[in-house]
Amino acid sequence: MAILSFSHVRKRYPGGFEALKEISFAVEPGEMVFLTGHSGAGKTTLLKLIAAIERANGGTVLVNGQNVSAMRPAAIPFLRRNLGLVFQGQKLLFDRSVFDNVMLPLIVTGYPYREAARRARAALDKVGLLEREKANPVTLSGGEQQRLCIARAVVNRPGILLADEPTASLDAAYADEIMEMFSAFNQVGVTVLVATHDRQLIDKRHKRVLTLDHGKLL
Amino acid sequence: MRAWLQHHGLSLAQTISRFAQSPLATILNVLVIGVAVALPLGGYLVLSNLESFSRNVSTEPQLSVFLVGDAAKSDVIAIEARLKGADGVRTLRFVSRDAALAELRRTPGMSAVIDTLQSNPLPDAFVVTLSASDPELADRLERQFKSLPKVAHVQADSAWARRLDSLLRLGRTTVALLGALLGVALVAVTFNTIRLQILTQHDEIEICRLIGATRAYVRRPFFYLGSLLGLLGGCSALAIVLVALAVLNRDIAPLAALYGSDFRLRYLDTAEAAVILACSAALGWFGAYLSVSKHLREIEVA
Repeated sequence: MAILSFSHVRKRYPGGFEALKEISFAVEPGEMVFLTGHSGAGKTTLLKLIAAIERANGGTVLVNGQNVSAMRPAAIPFLRRNLGLVFQGQKLLFDRSVFDNVMLPLIVTGYPYREAARRARAALDKVGLLEREKANPVTLSGGEQQRLCIARAVVNRPGILLADEPTASLDAAYADEIMEMFSAFNQVGVTVLVATHDRQLIDKRHKRVLTLDHGKLL
Repeated sequence: MRAWLQHHGLSLAQTISRFAQSPLATILNVLVIGVAVALPLGGYLVLSNLESFSRNVSTEPQLSVFLVGDAAKSDVIAIEARLKGADGVRTLRFVSRDAALAELRRTPGMSAVIDTLQSNPLPDAFVVTLSASDPELADRLERQFKSLPKVAHVQADSAWARRLDSLLRLGRTTVALLGALLGVALVAVTFNTIRLQILTQHDEIEICRLIGATRAYVRRPFFYLGSLLGLLGGCSALAIVLVALAVLNRDIAPLAALYGSDFRLRYLDTAEAAVILACSAALGWFGAYLSVSKHLREIEVA
């Protein structure tokens, strides 16, 4: 059964702009899928619907068999705990260390501290930031900050990883490195959905590609 | 369950460390609340002191019954019998016109005045002590005695006590109003403090919600903040009032000694202090609740 499926999903923003029109697709567990399209095509909106940051105006969004578009607000936190989100402009907290930024999702879900610390270090190790755990995120480069966001997204060991333009502000070599990281998570069984407009990165990897054009799936 | 307790502990620790981060702002906030609570609390204490004072002095409610100037010996005996027989009379003391004049003569400066008089202008009188300090009883007896023959005038010595009583009632209402208004002020202060705190933690709240924090998780530290602010405010109010009472008592002691009294303003008892602390903490919590309900909705993601 699909881990993620859209059927006839529509999203209209207040003011009448139709961001998504009749979107239907399904993603199998363990799949890695690229989502592409021009800017304003609806990539970000689609990802936001999965995490219940926005609600669809029609159709159903199923995540792990749960209908997200009809979910009670009180159930949303528990949906998000199984999602790793790497979103554009997603902020790091500059009032605490790299380590504490990664700890946050575990503290929020009530992990015992010792076990949480072990996991946080493991996540930092995977993205190559273990030596910087005591640093303040403000001292990290753009690419390192993006890696920190990824560590924070995977520390909970989510079943689905969603990334919105994770390589937007990075040079080609660095972008490739980030993309390799997502592939690595996919290889250990995580379902990965990456939105990007960078065709070069997509073409290298021979994965399924969903293309959005003015809110429609091609 | 353990995680839940752990987070409560964490919230509390966070709240305290936030206080420590901006000590001046915290102290000022606490003082504002402290003054707001101390005003009605001080008023209440002054009133309760006055009440116990007035209860002490008016335990002997008296009526003075003055006879007409030309009352004969037989009239005095007849009236004495009527007064003795009345319900609610405890003791009866006869003050003859001669005794009254003699007493007046003892008042410094009066003796010379009295000497110029041709005759004794004072009437015979009875001083009646009532069995209970009940304004209604005093009223009833006053009316009853006034209607007796050869009685010229009845004076209720409890009138001033009744005046004090209604003044105290006015005072109580004022304190209650003041308390209500300053309670609103306390709620407003915490509301605003929490609002600022939410604004400074805007990013953190948003991120926490995105990584699966429940609404309760996000709100909890702010409830702690509000309650703690109220509680500390209550503590500072108690301190303010205790210091004020100590200072007042220092001045009252010599004054009371002049009147041969050992009257002192009483301090709060433990139960009253506990009520004050509980109330201010509850109001702080309520201010936080209003603020959190309003402002967290604005940064709610979905």
